[in-house]
Amino acid sequence: MNPRILAVTVARILRQLRHDRRTIALLVAVPTVLLTLVYYMYVDQPAAPGQPSAFDRIALVMLGFFPFIVMFLVTSIAMLRERTTGTLERLLTTPLAKTDLLFGYGIAFGLAGAVQATIAAAVAYWVFGMHTAGSSGLVIMIAALNAVLAVALGLLCSAFARTEFQAVQFMPVVVAPQLLLCGLFVPRDQMAGWLQAISDALPLTYAVEALQEVGAHAEPTGTMWRDVGIVAGAAVLALVLAAATLRRRSG
Amino acid sequence: MEDAIVVRGLVVDRGGRRVLDGIDATVPRGSVTGLLGPSGSGKTTLMRAIVGVQVITGGTVTVLGAPAGSAQLRHRVGYLTQAPSVYADLTVRENVRYFAALQGRGRAEADRAMTDVGLASAAGQLVGTLSGGQRSRASLACALVGEPELIVLDEPTVGQDPVLRADLWARFHELANAGTALLVSSHVMDEAARCDRLLLIREGRLIADDTPAAVRAAAGVDDLDEAFLRLIRAGEAGGPAGSAAGEA
Repeated sequence: MNPRILAVTVARILRQLRHDRRTIALLVAVPTVLLTLVYYMYVDQPAAPGQPSAFDRIALVMLGFFPFIVMFLVTSIAMLRERTTGTLERLLTTPLAKTDLLFGYGIAFGLAGAVQATIAAAVAYWVFGMHTAGSSGLVIMIAALNAVLAVALGLLCSAFARTEFQAVQFMPVVVAPQLLLCGLFVPRDQMAGWLQAISDALPLTYAVEALQEVGAHAEPTGTMWRDVGIVAGAAVLALVLAAATLRRRSG
Repeated sequence: MEDAIVVRGLVVDRGGRRVLDGIDATVPRGSVTGLLGPSGSGKTTLMRAIVGVQVITGGTVTVLGAPAGSAQLRHRVGYLTQAPSVYADLTVRENVRYFAALQGRGRAEADRAMTDVGLASAAGQLVGTLSGGQRSRASLACALVGEPELIVLDEPTVGQDPVLRADLWARFHELANAGTALLVSSHVMDEAARCDRLLLIREGRLIADDTPAAVRAAAGVDDLDEAFLRLIRAGEAGGPAGSAAGEA
Protein backbone atom coordinates (compact mmCIF):
# COMPACT_ATOMS: atom_id res chain seq x y z
CA MET A 1 0.00 0.00 0.00
CA ASN A 2 1.09 3.54 -0.83
CA PRO A 3 -0.34 6.34 1.39
CA ARG A 4 -0.34 8.90 -1.45
CA ILE A 5 -2.15 6.58 -3.89
CA LEU A 6 -4.58 5.53 -1.14
CA ALA A 7 -5.34 9.21 -0.41
CA VAL A 8 -5.95 10.18 -4.06
CA THR A 9 -8.15 7.08 -4.47
CA VAL A 10 -10.28 8.01 -1.43
CA ALA A 11 -10.57 11.57 -2.82
CA ARG A 12 -11.58 10.22 -6.24
CA ILE A 13 -14.35 8.01 -4.81
CA LEU A 14 -15.70 10.87 -2.65
CA ARG A 15 -15.64 13.18 -5.71
CA GLN A 16 -17.73 10.67 -7.65
CA LEU A 17 -20.20 10.63 -4.77
CA ARG A 18 -20.23 14.44 -4.61
CA HIS A 19 -21.24 14.69 -8.27
CA ASP A 20 -24.22 12.44 -7.53
CA ARG A 21 -26.45 14.88 -5.60
CA ARG A 22 -29.49 12.64 -5.63
CA THR A 23 -27.61 9.79 -3.95
CA ILE A 24 -26.39 12.17 -1.25
CA ALA A 25 -29.95 13.41 -0.70
CA LEU A 26 -31.19 9.81 -0.39
CA LEU A 27 -28.36 8.87 1.99
CA VAL A 28 -29.38 11.72 4.28
CA ALA A 29 -33.16 11.65 3.94
CA VAL A 30 -34.09 7.96 3.91
CA PRO A 31 -32.98 7.11 7.49
CA THR A 32 -34.94 10.11 8.79
CA VAL A 33 -38.09 9.02 6.95
CA LEU A 34 -37.78 5.45 8.23
CA LEU A 35 -37.11 6.57 11.81
CA THR A 36 -40.27 8.70 11.57
CA LEU A 37 -42.26 5.62 10.51
CA VAL A 38 -40.86 3.58 13.39
CA TYR A 39 -41.55 6.40 15.84
CA TYR A 40 -45.24 6.57 14.94
CA MET A 41 -45.55 2.76 14.81
CA TYR A 42 -44.46 2.44 18.44
CA VAL A 43 -45.36 5.80 19.98
CA ASP A 44 -48.47 4.42 21.73
CA GLN A 45 -46.96 1.13 22.87
CA PRO A 46 -46.47 1.14 26.65
CA ALA A 47 -42.98 0.25 27.92
CA ALA A 48 -42.56 -2.34 30.69
CA PRO A 49 -41.32 -0.67 33.90
CA GLY A 50 -37.53 -0.49 34.04
CA GLN A 51 -37.26 -1.44 30.35
CA PRO A 52 -36.41 0.86 27.44
CA SER A 53 -39.38 1.86 25.26
CA ALA A 54 -39.97 -0.10 22.07
CA PHE A 55 -38.89 2.90 20.00
CA ASP A 56 -35.61 3.31 21.93
CA ARG A 57 -34.86 -0.39 21.54
CA ILE A 58 -35.63 -0.55 17.80
CA ALA A 59 -34.32 2.87 16.73
CA LEU A 60 -30.96 2.21 18.37
CA VAL A 61 -30.46 -1.00 16.37
CA MET A 62 -31.79 0.66 13.19
CA LEU A 63 -29.05 3.29 13.46
CA GLY A 64 -26.65 0.40 12.92
CA PHE A 65 -28.71 -1.10 10.09
CA PHE A 66 -28.88 1.98 7.80
CA PRO A 67 -25.19 2.30 6.96
CA PHE A 68 -24.85 -1.49 6.85
CA ILE A 69 -27.56 -2.03 4.22
CA VAL A 70 -26.88 1.10 2.16
CA MET A 71 -23.09 0.86 2.04
CA PHE A 72 -23.25 -2.84 1.14
CA LEU A 73 -25.37 -2.06 -1.91
CA VAL A 74 -23.47 1.09 -2.90
CA THR A 75 -20.15 -0.74 -2.70
CA SER A 76 -21.33 -3.81 -4.63
CA ILE A 77 -22.56 -1.61 -7.47
CA ALA A 78 -19.54 0.72 -7.43
CA MET A 79 -17.07 -2.17 -7.63
CA LEU A 80 -19.09 -3.93 -10.32
CA ARG A 81 -19.04 -0.66 -12.30
CA GLU A 82 -15.24 -0.59 -12.00
CA ARG A 83 -15.20 -4.06 -13.51
CA THR A 84 -17.71 -3.55 -16.32
CA THR A 85 -16.49 -0.12 -17.49
CA GLY A 86 -12.88 -1.30 -17.74
CA THR A 87 -11.57 1.17 -15.16
CA LEU A 88 -10.57 -1.75 -12.92
CA GLU A 89 -8.50 -3.31 -15.73
CA ARG A 90 -6.83 0.02 -16.36
CA LEU A 91 -6.18 0.62 -12.64
CA LEU A 92 -4.52 -2.80 -12.39
CA THR A 93 -1.94 -1.73 -15.02
CA THR A 94 -0.98 1.31 -12.89
CA PRO A 95 1.16 1.46 -9.73
CA LEU A 96 -2.04 1.25 -7.62
CA ALA A 97 -1.92 -1.76 -5.27
CA LYS A 98 -5.03 -3.89 -4.87
CA THR A 99 -5.17 -2.91 -1.20
CA ASP A 100 -5.02 0.81 -2.16
CA LEU A 101 -8.24 0.32 -4.08
CA LEU A 102 -10.02 -1.84 -1.50
CA PHE A 103 -9.03 0.22 1.54
CA GLY A 104 -9.79 3.33 -0.54
CA TYR A 105 -13.37 2.14 -0.87
CA GLY A 106 -13.42 1.10 2.80
CA ILE A 107 -12.32 4.58 3.94
CA ALA A 108 -14.41 6.62 1.47
CA PHE A 109 -17.70 4.78 1.99
CA GLY A 110 -16.90 4.32 5.69
CA LEU A 111 -16.79 8.14 5.91
CA ALA A 112 -20.04 8.41 3.96
CA GLY A 113 -21.61 5.87 6.33
CA ALA A 114 -20.34 7.82 9.36
CA VAL A 115 -21.96 11.02 8.04
CA GLN A 116 -25.21 9.15 7.43
CA ALA A 117 -25.11 7.61 10.91
CA THR A 118 -24.39 11.00 12.52
CA ILE A 119 -27.39 12.64 10.84
CA ALA A 120 -29.68 9.70 11.61
CA ALA A 121 -28.51 9.64 15.24
CA ALA A 122 -29.06 13.40 15.56
CA VAL A 123 -32.63 12.96 14.33
CA ALA A 124 -33.24 9.98 16.67
CA TYR A 125 -31.90 11.77 19.75
CA TRP A 126 -33.15 15.32 19.17
CA VAL A 127 -36.33 14.94 17.14
CA PHE A 128 -37.69 11.70 18.57
CA GLY A 129 -36.14 11.85 22.04
CA MET A 130 -34.33 8.51 21.80
CA HIS A 131 -32.60 7.68 25.07
CA THR A 132 -29.44 5.64 25.59
CA ALA A 133 -27.63 5.15 28.89
CA GLY A 134 -24.25 5.38 27.14
CA SER A 135 -22.76 8.08 24.91
CA SER A 136 -24.15 9.00 21.48
CA GLY A 137 -20.53 9.14 20.22
CA LEU A 138 -20.21 5.39 20.80
CA VAL A 139 -23.48 4.78 18.90
CA ILE A 140 -22.13 6.71 15.91
CA MET A 141 -18.76 4.95 16.12
CA ILE A 142 -20.43 1.52 16.04
CA ALA A 143 -22.72 2.60 13.16
CA ALA A 144 -19.68 3.86 11.20
CA LEU A 145 -17.89 0.58 11.88
CA ASN A 146 -20.96 -1.18 10.44
CA ALA A 147 -20.52 0.90 7.29
CA VAL A 148 -16.91 -0.27 6.98
CA LEU A 149 -18.00 -3.90 7.54
CA ALA A 150 -20.66 -3.52 4.84
CA VAL A 151 -18.13 -2.03 2.39
CA ALA A 152 -15.74 -4.92 3.04
CA LEU A 153 -18.49 -7.53 2.53
CA GLY A 154 -19.69 -5.67 -0.58
CA LEU A 155 -16.18 -5.68 -2.08
CA LEU A 156 -15.83 -9.40 -1.37
CA CYS A 157 -19.26 -10.26 -2.84
CA SER A 158 -18.72 -8.14 -5.94
CA ALA A 159 -15.98 -10.58 -6.94
CA PHE A 160 -18.69 -13.22 -7.37
CA ALA A 161 -21.11 -11.05 -9.35
CA ARG A 162 -20.80 -10.69 -13.11
CA THR A 163 -23.91 -8.54 -13.64
CA GLU A 164 -25.87 -5.87 -11.76
CA PHE A 165 -28.74 -8.37 -11.36
CA GLN A 166 -26.43 -10.78 -9.56
CA ALA A 167 -24.90 -8.00 -7.45
CA VAL A 168 -28.23 -6.86 -5.99
CA GLN A 169 -29.15 -10.50 -5.22
CA PHE A 170 -26.27 -10.62 -2.75
CA MET A 171 -28.19 -8.18 -0.59
CA PRO A 172 -30.89 -10.72 0.46
CA VAL A 173 -28.22 -13.43 0.65
CA VAL A 174 -25.69 -11.57 2.80
CA VAL A 175 -27.62 -8.81 4.55
CA ALA A 176 -31.09 -10.25 5.26
CA PRO A 177 -30.01 -13.26 7.39
CA GLN A 178 -27.83 -10.97 9.49
CA LEU A 179 -30.77 -8.62 10.11
CA LEU A 180 -33.14 -11.49 10.96
CA LEU A 181 -30.79 -13.30 13.31
CA CYS A 182 -29.08 -10.34 15.04
CA GLY A 183 -31.41 -10.47 18.04
CA LEU A 184 -33.73 -7.55 17.25
CA PHE A 185 -36.76 -9.62 16.18
CA VAL A 186 -36.28 -12.55 18.57
CA PRO A 187 -33.86 -12.28 21.51
CA ARG A 188 -30.87 -14.51 20.79
CA ASP A 189 -31.27 -16.56 23.99
CA GLN A 190 -34.81 -17.52 22.91
CA MET A 191 -33.68 -18.87 19.50
CA ALA A 192 -33.33 -22.56 18.68
CA GLY A 193 -29.78 -23.80 19.20
CA TRP A 194 -28.95 -24.06 15.52
CA LEU A 195 -30.24 -20.55 14.83
CA GLN A 196 -28.12 -19.24 17.67
CA ALA A 197 -25.09 -20.99 16.19
CA ILE A 198 -25.68 -19.25 12.85
CA SER A 199 -26.27 -15.96 14.65
CA ASP A 200 -22.95 -16.43 16.49
CA ALA A 201 -21.14 -16.70 13.15
CA LEU A 202 -22.60 -13.48 11.66
CA PRO A 203 -20.69 -10.24 12.32
CA LEU A 204 -23.76 -7.96 12.47
CA THR A 205 -24.87 -9.86 15.63
CA TYR A 206 -21.90 -8.38 17.50
CA ALA A 207 -22.52 -4.86 16.16
CA VAL A 208 -26.12 -5.05 17.43
CA GLU A 209 -25.00 -6.42 20.79
CA ALA A 210 -22.49 -3.56 21.08
CA LEU A 211 -25.24 -1.01 20.37
CA GLN A 212 -27.49 -2.65 22.98
CA GLU A 213 -24.63 -2.47 25.50
CA VAL A 214 -24.35 1.30 24.86
CA GLY A 215 -28.14 1.55 25.24
CA ALA A 216 -28.11 -0.20 28.63
CA HIS A 217 -24.88 0.96 30.31
CA ALA A 218 -23.60 4.46 31.05
CA GLU A 219 -19.96 3.44 30.61
CA PRO A 220 -18.49 1.37 27.73
CA THR A 221 -18.50 -2.27 28.82
CA GLY A 222 -15.97 -5.02 28.18
CA THR A 223 -18.57 -6.85 26.10
CA MET A 224 -19.00 -3.76 23.92
CA TRP A 225 -15.26 -3.45 23.25
CA ARG A 226 -15.00 -7.18 22.53
CA ASP A 227 -17.91 -6.87 20.05
CA VAL A 228 -16.34 -3.81 18.40
CA GLY A 229 -13.11 -5.79 18.05
CA ILE A 230 -14.96 -8.73 16.44
CA VAL A 231 -16.74 -6.47 13.92
CA ALA A 232 -13.48 -4.68 13.04
CA GLY A 233 -11.73 -8.04 12.68
CA ALA A 234 -14.49 -9.34 10.39
CA ALA A 235 -14.16 -6.19 8.23
CA VAL A 236 -10.39 -6.60 7.88
CA LEU A 237 -10.78 -10.32 7.13
CA ALA A 238 -13.33 -9.56 4.39
CA LEU A 239 -11.01 -6.90 2.89
CA VAL A 240 -8.08 -9.33 2.88
CA LEU A 241 -10.23 -12.02 1.23
CA ALA A 242 -11.45 -9.43 -1.30
CA ALA A 243 -7.82 -8.58 -2.11
CA ALA A 244 -7.07 -12.29 -2.54
CA THR A 245 -9.97 -12.75 -4.98
CA LEU A 246 -8.99 -9.69 -7.05
CA ARG A 247 -6.63 -10.84 -9.80
CA ARG A 248 -4.53 -8.57 -11.97
CA ARG A 249 -4.67 -11.15 -14.75
CA SER A 250 -7.93 -12.51 -16.10
CA GLY A 251 -8.79 -15.01 -18.80
CA MET B 1 18.99 -0.54 -28.14
CA GLU B 2 16.83 -3.36 -26.79
CA ASP B 3 13.29 -3.66 -28.15
CA ALA B 4 10.41 -2.30 -26.09
CA ILE B 5 8.38 -5.49 -26.48
CA VAL B 6 9.58 -9.00 -27.29
CA VAL B 7 6.89 -11.65 -27.70
CA ARG B 8 8.01 -15.27 -28.10
CA GLY B 9 5.71 -18.21 -28.84
CA LEU B 10 2.73 -16.54 -27.20
CA VAL B 11 -0.32 -18.78 -26.88
CA VAL B 12 -3.56 -17.58 -25.27
CA ASP B 13 -6.80 -19.51 -24.81
CA ARG B 14 -10.00 -17.68 -23.91
CA GLY B 15 -13.30 -19.37 -23.25
CA GLY B 16 -12.02 -22.70 -24.59
CA ARG B 17 -10.90 -21.14 -27.88
CA ARG B 18 -7.30 -20.55 -29.00
CA VAL B 19 -7.15 -16.78 -29.51
CA LEU B 20 -3.41 -16.37 -30.03
CA ASP B 21 -1.53 -19.26 -31.56
CA GLY B 22 2.24 -18.90 -31.27
CA ILE B 23 2.89 -15.19 -31.82
CA ASP B 24 6.51 -14.05 -32.26
CA ALA B 25 6.89 -10.29 -32.58
CA THR B 26 9.00 -7.34 -31.51
CA VAL B 27 8.15 -3.69 -31.07
CA PRO B 28 11.11 -1.28 -31.24
CA ARG B 29 11.53 1.83 -29.10
CA GLY B 30 11.18 5.28 -30.61
CA SER B 31 8.62 4.30 -33.22
CA VAL B 32 4.94 3.78 -33.85
CA THR B 33 4.04 0.15 -34.50
CA GLY B 34 0.60 -0.56 -35.92
CA LEU B 35 -1.28 -3.70 -34.88
CA LEU B 36 -3.67 -4.45 -37.69
CA GLY B 37 -6.18 -7.18 -38.21
CA PRO B 38 -9.87 -7.82 -38.62
CA SER B 39 -12.13 -7.76 -35.59
CA GLY B 40 -11.79 -10.96 -33.56
CA SER B 41 -8.25 -11.59 -34.80
CA GLY B 42 -6.71 -11.30 -31.32
CA LYS B 43 -5.45 -7.68 -31.29
CA THR B 44 -6.96 -6.81 -27.91
CA THR B 45 -5.83 -10.11 -26.38
CA LEU B 46 -2.26 -9.48 -27.55
CA MET B 47 -2.35 -5.98 -26.05
CA ARG B 48 -3.76 -7.31 -22.78
CA ALA B 49 -0.93 -9.86 -22.64
CA ILE B 50 1.58 -7.04 -23.19
CA VAL B 51 0.21 -4.88 -20.35
CA GLY B 52 0.04 -7.97 -18.12
CA VAL B 53 -3.69 -8.38 -17.46
CA GLN B 54 -4.19 -11.47 -19.65
CA VAL B 55 -3.74 -15.02 -18.39
CA ILE B 56 -1.48 -16.70 -20.96
CA THR B 57 -1.27 -20.36 -21.86
CA GLY B 58 2.28 -20.43 -23.14
CA GLY B 59 5.23 -18.38 -24.38
CA THR B 60 6.85 -15.25 -22.98
CA VAL B 61 6.19 -11.53 -23.20
CA THR B 62 9.07 -9.24 -22.24
CA VAL B 63 8.34 -5.53 -21.86
CA LEU B 64 11.15 -2.95 -21.41
CA GLY B 65 13.42 -5.82 -20.33
CA ALA B 66 11.08 -7.25 -17.67
CA PRO B 67 8.33 -9.90 -17.78
CA ALA B 68 5.00 -8.33 -18.80
CA GLY B 69 2.92 -7.30 -15.80
CA SER B 70 5.89 -6.89 -13.40
CA ALA B 71 5.36 -4.32 -10.65
CA GLN B 72 8.24 -2.15 -11.94
CA LEU B 73 6.49 -1.77 -15.33
CA ARG B 74 3.32 -0.25 -13.89
CA HIS B 75 4.63 3.33 -13.97
CA ARG B 76 6.41 2.81 -17.32
CA VAL B 77 3.51 1.55 -19.45
CA GLY B 78 0.38 3.46 -20.49
CA TYR B 79 -2.65 1.46 -21.63
CA LEU B 80 -5.78 2.56 -23.44
CA THR B 81 -8.55 -0.04 -23.38
CA GLN B 82 -10.77 -0.35 -26.44
CA ALA B 83 -13.93 0.81 -24.64
CA PRO B 84 -13.30 4.16 -22.92
CA SER B 85 -12.36 3.34 -19.33
CA VAL B 86 -12.88 6.59 -17.47
CA TYR B 87 -15.27 7.50 -14.66
CA ALA B 88 -18.49 8.87 -16.18
CA ASP B 89 -19.39 10.63 -12.92
CA LEU B 90 -16.16 12.66 -12.80
CA THR B 91 -15.13 15.60 -14.98
CA VAL B 92 -12.44 15.16 -17.63
CA ARG B 93 -10.00 17.08 -15.44
CA GLU B 94 -10.77 14.97 -12.35
CA ASN B 95 -10.27 11.77 -14.34
CA VAL B 96 -6.97 12.83 -15.88
CA ARG B 97 -5.66 14.24 -12.60
CA TYR B 98 -6.51 10.98 -10.82
CA PHE B 99 -4.66 8.82 -13.34
CA ALA B 100 -1.79 11.36 -13.32
CA ALA B 101 -1.62 11.13 -9.51
CA LEU B 102 -1.45 7.31 -9.66
CA GLN B 103 1.70 7.77 -11.78
CA GLY B 104 3.09 10.36 -9.36
CA ARG B 105 2.42 13.22 -11.80
CA GLY B 106 0.84 16.60 -11.08
CA ARG B 107 -1.62 19.05 -12.52
CA ALA B 108 0.67 20.46 -15.22
CA GLU B 109 1.10 17.00 -16.78
CA ALA B 110 -2.66 16.41 -16.58
CA ASP B 111 -3.32 19.74 -18.35
CA ARG B 112 -0.78 18.83 -21.04
CA ALA B 113 -2.48 15.47 -21.68
CA MET B 114 -5.92 17.12 -21.99
CA THR B 115 -4.51 19.65 -24.47
CA ASP B 116 -2.84 16.83 -26.45
CA VAL B 117 -6.18 15.16 -27.08
CA GLY B 118 -8.02 18.44 -27.77
CA LEU B 119 -10.14 18.37 -24.61
CA ALA B 120 -8.76 21.44 -22.80
CA SER B 121 -12.00 23.34 -23.40
CA ALA B 122 -14.12 20.46 -22.03
CA ALA B 123 -11.95 19.90 -18.95
CA GLY B 124 -14.69 20.87 -16.49
CA GLN B 125 -17.37 18.73 -18.13
CA LEU B 126 -18.60 15.45 -16.65
CA VAL B 127 -17.40 12.54 -18.82
CA GLY B 128 -20.94 11.13 -18.82
CA THR B 129 -22.13 14.19 -20.77
CA LEU B 130 -19.45 13.96 -23.48
CA SER B 131 -19.92 12.60 -26.98
CA GLY B 132 -18.55 9.13 -27.73
CA GLY B 133 -15.51 10.53 -29.52
CA GLN B 134 -14.75 12.97 -26.70
CA ARG B 135 -15.11 10.20 -24.16
CA SER B 136 -12.51 8.08 -25.99
CA ARG B 137 -10.18 11.06 -26.04
CA ALA B 138 -10.65 11.57 -22.28
CA SER B 139 -9.66 7.92 -21.89
CA LEU B 140 -6.67 8.48 -24.20
CA ALA B 141 -5.52 11.46 -22.12
CA CYS B 142 -5.44 9.17 -19.06
CA ALA B 143 -3.16 6.73 -20.94
CA LEU B 144 -0.76 9.44 -22.16
CA VAL B 145 -0.52 11.35 -18.90
CA GLY B 146 2.40 9.66 -17.14
CA GLU B 147 4.79 10.08 -20.11
CA PRO B 148 5.23 6.30 -20.10
CA GLU B 149 8.11 4.65 -21.98
CA LEU B 150 5.66 2.31 -23.71
CA ILE B 151 2.15 3.33 -24.74
CA VAL B 152 -0.30 0.61 -25.77
CA LEU B 153 -3.39 2.03 -27.47
CA ASP B 154 -6.33 -0.15 -28.45
CA GLU B 155 -8.12 1.61 -31.33
CA PRO B 156 -7.49 5.17 -30.11
CA THR B 157 -8.87 7.00 -33.15
CA VAL B 158 -12.22 5.24 -33.63
CA GLY B 159 -15.05 7.75 -34.01
CA GLN B 160 -12.74 10.79 -34.28
CA ASP B 161 -13.08 13.33 -37.06
CA PRO B 162 -10.31 13.44 -39.70
CA VAL B 163 -8.67 16.62 -38.38
CA LEU B 164 -8.45 15.25 -34.85
CA ARG B 165 -7.16 11.92 -36.13
CA ALA B 166 -4.37 13.70 -37.99
CA ASP B 167 -3.55 15.70 -34.83
CA LEU B 168 -3.46 12.55 -32.71
CA TRP B 169 -1.19 10.74 -35.17
CA ALA B 170 1.11 13.78 -35.24
CA ARG B 171 1.27 13.62 -31.44
CA PHE B 172 2.03 9.86 -31.53
CA HIS B 173 4.98 10.53 -33.86
CA GLU B 174 6.19 13.37 -31.65
CA LEU B 175 6.22 10.96 -28.71
CA ALA B 176 8.01 8.31 -30.80
CA ASN B 177 10.64 10.85 -31.88
CA ALA B 178 11.26 11.55 -28.20
CA GLY B 179 12.02 7.82 -27.70
CA THR B 180 8.65 6.42 -26.63
CA ALA B 181 7.52 3.08 -28.04
CA LEU B 182 3.91 3.06 -29.23
CA LEU B 183 1.80 0.06 -30.16
CA VAL B 184 -1.44 1.20 -31.77
CA SER B 185 -4.18 -1.13 -32.94
CA SER B 186 -6.58 -0.30 -35.71
CA HIS B 187 -8.75 -2.04 -38.21
CA VAL B 188 -8.64 0.93 -40.56
CA MET B 189 -6.03 0.36 -43.23
CA ASP B 190 -5.47 4.04 -44.04
CA GLU B 191 -4.00 4.34 -40.56
CA ALA B 192 -1.53 1.55 -41.29
CA ALA B 193 0.31 3.87 -43.69
CA ARG B 194 0.97 6.27 -40.79
CA CYS B 195 2.90 3.64 -38.81
CA ASP B 196 6.65 3.07 -38.84
CA ARG B 197 6.16 -0.69 -38.61
CA LEU B 198 3.19 -3.00 -38.99
CA LEU B 199 2.13 -6.20 -37.30
CA LEU B 200 -0.72 -7.91 -39.11
CA ILE B 201 -2.56 -10.65 -37.28
CA ARG B 202 -5.35 -12.84 -38.43
CA GLU B 203 -7.05 -15.66 -36.52
CA GLY B 204 -4.43 -15.53 -33.78
CA ARG B 205 -1.40 -15.79 -36.08
CA LEU B 206 1.05 -13.13 -37.19
CA ILE B 207 1.04 -12.87 -40.99
CA ALA B 208 3.25 -9.80 -41.42
CA ASP B 209 5.84 -7.95 -39.33
CA ASP B 210 7.51 -5.23 -41.37
CA THR B 211 7.53 -1.60 -42.53
CA PRO B 212 4.57 -0.46 -44.65
CA ALA B 213 6.90 -0.15 -47.66
CA ALA B 214 8.22 -3.70 -47.26
CA VAL B 215 4.67 -5.05 -46.86
CA ARG B 216 3.69 -3.34 -50.11
CA ALA B 217 6.79 -4.69 -51.85
CA ALA B 218 6.24 -8.23 -50.58
CA ALA B 219 2.69 -8.22 -51.87
CA GLY B 220 3.59 -6.44 -55.09
CA VAL B 221 0.89 -3.71 -54.79
CA ASP B 222 0.86 -0.07 -53.62
CA ASP B 223 -2.44 -0.18 -51.80
CA LEU B 224 -1.97 -1.53 -48.22
CA ASP B 225 -5.52 -2.83 -48.08
CA GLU B 226 -4.91 -4.88 -51.21
CA ALA B 227 -1.46 -5.89 -49.95
CA PHE B 228 -2.95 -7.36 -46.76
CA LEU B 229 -5.58 -9.20 -48.76
CA ARG B 230 -2.87 -10.80 -50.90
CA LEU B 231 -0.78 -11.74 -47.87
CA ILE B 232 -3.82 -13.36 -46.27
CA ARG B 233 -4.67 -15.30 -49.45
CA ALA B 234 -1.04 -16.33 -49.93
CA GLY B 235 -0.91 -17.45 -46.28
CA GLU B 236 -4.05 -19.54 -46.71
CA ALA B 237 -2.64 -21.12 -49.86
CA GLY B 238 0.67 -21.76 -48.07
CA GLY B 239 2.29 -19.51 -50.70
CA PRO B 240 5.56 -17.61 -50.35
CA ALA B 241 4.29 -14.02 -50.04
CA GLY B 242 3.16 -14.36 -46.42
CA SER B 243 6.28 -16.11 -45.20
CA ALA B 244 8.51 -13.74 -47.16
CA ALA B 245 6.95 -10.77 -45.39
CA GLY B 246 7.18 -12.58 -42.08
CA GLU B 247 10.91 -13.09 -42.39
CA ALA B 248 11.83 -9.84 -44.11
